[in-house]
Amino acid sequence: MTNHAPTTDTVAAPRGTATATASKPRKIPKRRKKTLLQHVKKTPIYLVIAFLFFIELYPLFWMFMSSLKSRDDYLNNPAWSLPTELIWSNYPAAWEQGNLAITIRNSLLATLPALAIIIILGVAAGFALEVMIFKGRGGILLTVLAGIMIPGQMILLPLFTIYSNLHITGTLWPLILTYAATGLPLTIFMMATFFKAIPREIFEAATIDGASILRSYRSIAFPMVRNAIVTVALVQFFLIWNDLLLAITFANRKELQTVQAGLLSFSGDFGALDYGPLFAAICITTGGLLVIYLFLNQKIMKGLTAGSLKG
Amino acid sequence: MKSVFGDRRAIFILLAPALTLYTLVMLVPVAWSFGYTFFKGNALEGFRFVGLDNFIRLGSDPYVWDAFWFTLKYAVVMTVGQVAIGYGLSLLYVFVLRKSSTILRTLIFFPVVMPTVAIAVLYQKMFQSAPADGVVNNLLTTLGISSVDWLGSANTAFVVIIIMDLWRSIGFYGVLLYAGLLDIPEEILESARIDGARGFSLFRSIILPLSLPILFSSIILSANGTVKVFDSILALNGGGPGTSSTPLTLYMYRTAFTYGDYGYGSTIALLLSIISLIITVFIFRSSRRDVTA
Repeated sequence: MTNHAPTTDTVAAPRGTATATASKPRKIPKRRKKTLLQHVKKTPIYLVIAFLFFIELYPLFWMFMSSLKSRDDYLNNPAWSLPTELIWSNYPAAWEQGNLAITIRNSLLATLPALAIIIILGVAAGFALEVMIFKGRGGILLTVLAGIMIPGQMILLPLFTIYSNLHITGTLWPLILTYAATGLPLTIFMMATFFKAIPREIFEAATIDGASILRSYRSIAFPMVRNAIVTVALVQFFLIWNDLLLAITFANRKELQTVQAGLLSFSGDFGALDYGPLFAAICITTGGLLVIYLFLNQKIMKGLTAGSLKG
Repeated sequence: MKSVFGDRRAIFILLAPALTLYTLVMLVPVAWSFGYTFFKGNALEGFRFVGLDNFIRLGSDPYVWDAFWFTLKYAVVMTVGQVAIGYGLSLLYVFVLRKSSTILRTLIFFPVVMPTVAIAVLYQKMFQSAPADGVVNNLLTTLGISSVDWLGSANTAFVVIIIMDLWRSIGFYGVLLYAGLLDIPEEILESARIDGARGFSLFRSIILPLSLPILFSSIILSANGTVKVFDSILALNGGGPGTSSTPLTLYMYRTAFTYGDYGYGSTIALLLSIISLIITVFIFRSSRRDVTA
């Protein structure tokens, strides 16, 4: 609404000068009233925006301030007061007590190989299911899509049995394999959508030039969807990095804990006593993602929302 | 040309690895999990066939019904909240802030990528009442209201869970619906404006009807996601006090791993999958009818 008010104003002004001079003194106060009215009208919008900024930023600001407080400061002064003294040593303490070096390493070691598997297998399967023509294609696509909906709880227990029979429960392999498999359905679906946008004629032309379909895939299709692959990889990265259910099931030993599982046990073990380092640990784990987000936010937002449109 | 796209060897090479992994790690376990529902026991102690006992138990277990109602209540409140607030945000982005919406949009989206456990611990401390009051109770006491033991009772814990999870997720729905609103052709809006549609009448007669499809898919997405809530509640208060804010997912997890009953755990997981399936089919159908009407 507010966008149209200026347009009507500029239209009204020349009209006012064009008509009889008698209307002139009338017009001017009217215009002033309008701009005042505009501001009054806009006030609720300003308030809403200020409220949104506050709601979004204050918890993050409070989290950071609390990470710099001593325990006495935290317990004896009101929670919203600023730190009386900045205890930067909470950060090394969090790194140490929160086992962060190990949990971040574990998260990387589980997430990156799983991502690689998802991309290599998922992009190829998306290509096969969208571009290639064969019997049973629709059925396979539907079976794969059903996987997007299956809750993790439905596959947890058999996998636990399988992995302990394979004697790989002391490693990160159960996590890597499960993340890779659970990431495939959404990846295949998204990739199929992206391949749909490439005209078939391109592959036909490549075939006439003597390329096999595998060669077309490798040298034409794959490079063409490189941007889409980055999007898909970002989506899967955040889904895997922030998983908790599989992480606490398949990597419950201290030396295998991921960032999320580590934070959970840190808040249970020491967090009740050591507030500063607990908040510092949260700030460190959030801060790392914030850095990625600062650089790639538009792509991340686009990717995560594109990955959801399956209805 | 058809033979190139039907090259069996190429199809096999491209498709087989993904399908093998998907089948072994997802399809087989789903079937296996279904098999577990007829047994009692776990991987360490072995299994005993119990027929339909687990299903009979499911019907009469008061905890499962509590968890079911909690999940339903959570899913309904969250779905309404996520889609309504998300839609409000998207309208704000597209029609009020226009080009300058980027900062707010990017900021509100950030919690979506934050670790859920970090958010849960943050909210736990913001709403805490002992040993020291958190910021929320600071605010209440300043306003002259006595401080509340937020996580100490079922109703207030539910409020905290909802506030936390909305904070965490509305940025996502805001951007999702924003993308949908941008798809409304400018010419339609322009011609409606020429016809005199302004403000609320423009919204009611043009914008709302045209955004129905994307609203429906948001509802499916939200409902399907919220019935699987797990991380945030486990990390916030472990489903407490007692089991009063325990969703089905968490009850299933406890049954299987705390009490070592894989059979009953799988039965609860099956219930969860069926709920998920029903939501998807039901809402998909109703949305189709409404949109074509």
